[in-house]
Amino acid sequence: MEKEQFYYDNKIVKLFLIATIAWGIVGMTVGLMVAFLFNFPNYMEGISWLSFGRLRPLHTNAVIFAFVGNGFFVGMYYSMQRLLKTRMFSDTLSKIHFWGWQLIIVAAAITLPLGLTSSKEYAELEWPIDIAITLIWVVMGINMIGTIIKRRQRHIYVAIWFYIATFVTIAVLHIFNNLELPVSAFKSYSVYAGVQDAMVQWWYGHNAVAFFLTTPILGLMYYFVPKAANRPVYSYRLSIVHFWSLIFIYIWAGPHHLLYTALPEWAQNLGTVFSIMLIFPSWGGMINGLLTLRGAWDKVRESAVLKFFVVAITGYGMSTFEGPMLSFKSLNAIGHYTDWIVAHVHIGTLAWNGFLVAGMLYWLATKLWKTELYSTKLANAHFWIGTLGILFYSIPLYVAGFTQALMWKDFNPDGTLVYGNFLETVTQILPMYAMRAFGGTLYLTGFILLAYNIYKTAKAGSTVEDELVEAAPLKVISKRRLAGEGWHSWLERRTVLFTILTTVAILIGGAIEIIPLIVVPSNIPKITSVKPYTPLELEGRDIYIREGCNNCHSQMIRPFRSEVERYGEYSKAGEFVYDRPFLWGSKRTGPDLHRIGGKYNDNWHFNHMFDPRLTSPGSMMPRYPWLLTDDLDVSDTEAKMKGLVTLGTPYTQFEIDKALFLLRNQAEEVEKNLRQDPEFVKNYGDSNMETKEIVALIAYLQRLGTDIKKGETAQN
Amino acid sequence: MIRFVKHYFEGITDVEIYPIISLLLFFIVFITMLIHVLRIPKKNIEKISNLPLEGDENINNYE
Repeated sequence: MEKEQFYYDNKIVKLFLIATIAWGIVGMTVGLMVAFLFNFPNYMEGISWLSFGRLRPLHTNAVIFAFVGNGFFVGMYYSMQRLLKTRMFSDTLSKIHFWGWQLIIVAAAITLPLGLTSSKEYAELEWPIDIAITLIWVVMGINMIGTIIKRRQRHIYVAIWFYIATFVTIAVLHIFNNLELPVSAFKSYSVYAGVQDAMVQWWYGHNAVAFFLTTPILGLMYYFVPKAANRPVYSYRLSIVHFWSLIFIYIWAGPHHLLYTALPEWAQNLGTVFSIMLIFPSWGGMINGLLTLRGAWDKVRESAVLKFFVVAITGYGMSTFEGPMLSFKSLNAIGHYTDWIVAHVHIGTLAWNGFLVAGMLYWLATKLWKTELYSTKLANAHFWIGTLGILFYSIPLYVAGFTQALMWKDFNPDGTLVYGNFLETVTQILPMYAMRAFGGTLYLTGFILLAYNIYKTAKAGSTVEDELVEAAPLKVISKRRLAGEGWHSWLERRTVLFTILTTVAILIGGAIEIIPLIVVPSNIPKITSVKPYTPLELEGRDIYIREGCNNCHSQMIRPFRSEVERYGEYSKAGEFVYDRPFLWGSKRTGPDLHRIGGKYNDNWHFNHMFDPRLTSPGSMMPRYPWLLTDDLDVSDTEAKMKGLVTLGTPYTQFEIDKALFLLRNQAEEVEKNLRQDPEFVKNYGDSNMETKEIVALIAYLQRLGTDIKKGETAQN
Repeated sequence: MIRFVKHYFEGITDVEIYPIISLLLFFIVFITMLIHVLRIPKKNIEKISNLPLEGDENINNYE
């Protein structure tokens, strides 16, 4: 058949490549900034938008969606065109995708430091940006499916299946986790409350790791490792098995983030079983990647690209071994809330994602600019500095995690805690945090070398934005299975059907886990003494969310002797029915706050917020001086309450009408309490503290976990 | 602990069947897929696994 001539679009690949490098540097720098806050809590003194609780979400969002996201798009746009022997479906859609995605990142970089956040991890962005993400994602999907449909290659190579799975699953996850009711331009409340919200969030959170940080990168692995090693993948059969079992199993594993919480035991166990099963497809994929280098290990010596790939795939193997292990309840009881988890995810991000993307960028730079790499030596230096960085990052944090977990659980013979003061367990691990920051510095240094190396390569090379190629068009054949055609081969040429089946595979797990929780809310044991927050407490809670307190403080006491002894009665599902969103947290850099209400007096909280080191010498919590000077914004209080009523919180019309009156009354009460301290009167006597934000936050903190003490626990 | 979580699914009839259905579903899909995968002829497998390596070098290459 006669060959057709057409052009590959290299420009879009280049744009995404530049974005990946730029955002990589930004995201890692912000990570380093928050790492230093552990040892120098005061160095961003008084600047609200640079405080830990606001920067940490910026770091996670930047590295996940800006760095790894753009990195995936680089490889996707490059490999899809070549695997399918066609230009992308639409140049316009490619451009909209690129610029839209970058705009979303800029919007995130502005709103997160401003404290505009929904607080749900890796889904912090507020509702207008959520909508923008949905639209841009759909644009990308149309472009992807359109390109597959107009291909000149009958078979769809396995890398592209992973891209399809990424597209459909992230769409589903993003939409369901971000269902929220807007109450103002940048504030919304989750449609789910408490336990349900937690379940949906970690179904999302876990699968964001699965389908944003794993499947796209596996797709890149299946294309770029064979390319760089110049030999086909070890076993194509294994890759088919890998794909289907991975996407089918992954979607179930979310509840392992909620072991020992108030989540139903049934869902917890399901999460554990599937998490453990997950090791098989994960390791199948890892082995497939590593063994692709069979007979080419001598090349690893010389090629920086292959070195990066080997460490990346090894990192994938390590973190996917650790994940199932951490899903065993006994190990989870130790690891959860500690720095072990932070170390675990950074093996995944720094080694698996970061190194695979780095290797790909080095390889692509030579192809896109048609020249040799500026300096192989420099690339090798990056490799070694980066690898050391990963080790310096993770090993101290493993030690820190274990140390702290053991200290939390250490009892005296008389039954009291050895380290009754949480702070003792923090100061113990400060040296580990310093080493972690050093590791992060190394890793970033390596990445800057990459930026320089690729810049020099680009300058030396010549650019071909539209690459001329030729290939024969596809013969039109029946949509049905041909004689002798395999079932899977047939499926692979039915793009839309394939996409639908992928969607079905991932929906089954999500549906079975989540629907029972949503549709039978009456099965959550009601606790009659649990009441909605007062207007002032509600505003205080929103300040807690704005400042990102949940990044360091959990609100979920697990039913362990050590936790009940330290924090008080363990948390019950029925206590969270008015929590939109839930604020259970996932890391205890500071102590749990679920039973903080009534533990200290108002003055303690006041002084603690002004400077944590006044009440807790040696604390690494940042200062929040602006809470004492900024006026509490009550302009949306009524709208917020009305919104919550729509979602099911039983505020009466009277309470809504009198919201501001009730709020002022309670604020005056708090101020009256504060004035019992002569020091307060001396320093702040004239400052009208009842109108400031601090009062609302104190009211909220003093309410936390106190409801069940007021009445009998009644179950229906 | 169990005391508090038992209630959740009591309202659903035969809730125990959920995990069993899902396990069966997975098992059946997995085995069917495995059989199909093993039956793909070696020739086809070789051809498709070489797709990324096919000459995508363009004709206006710098070389």
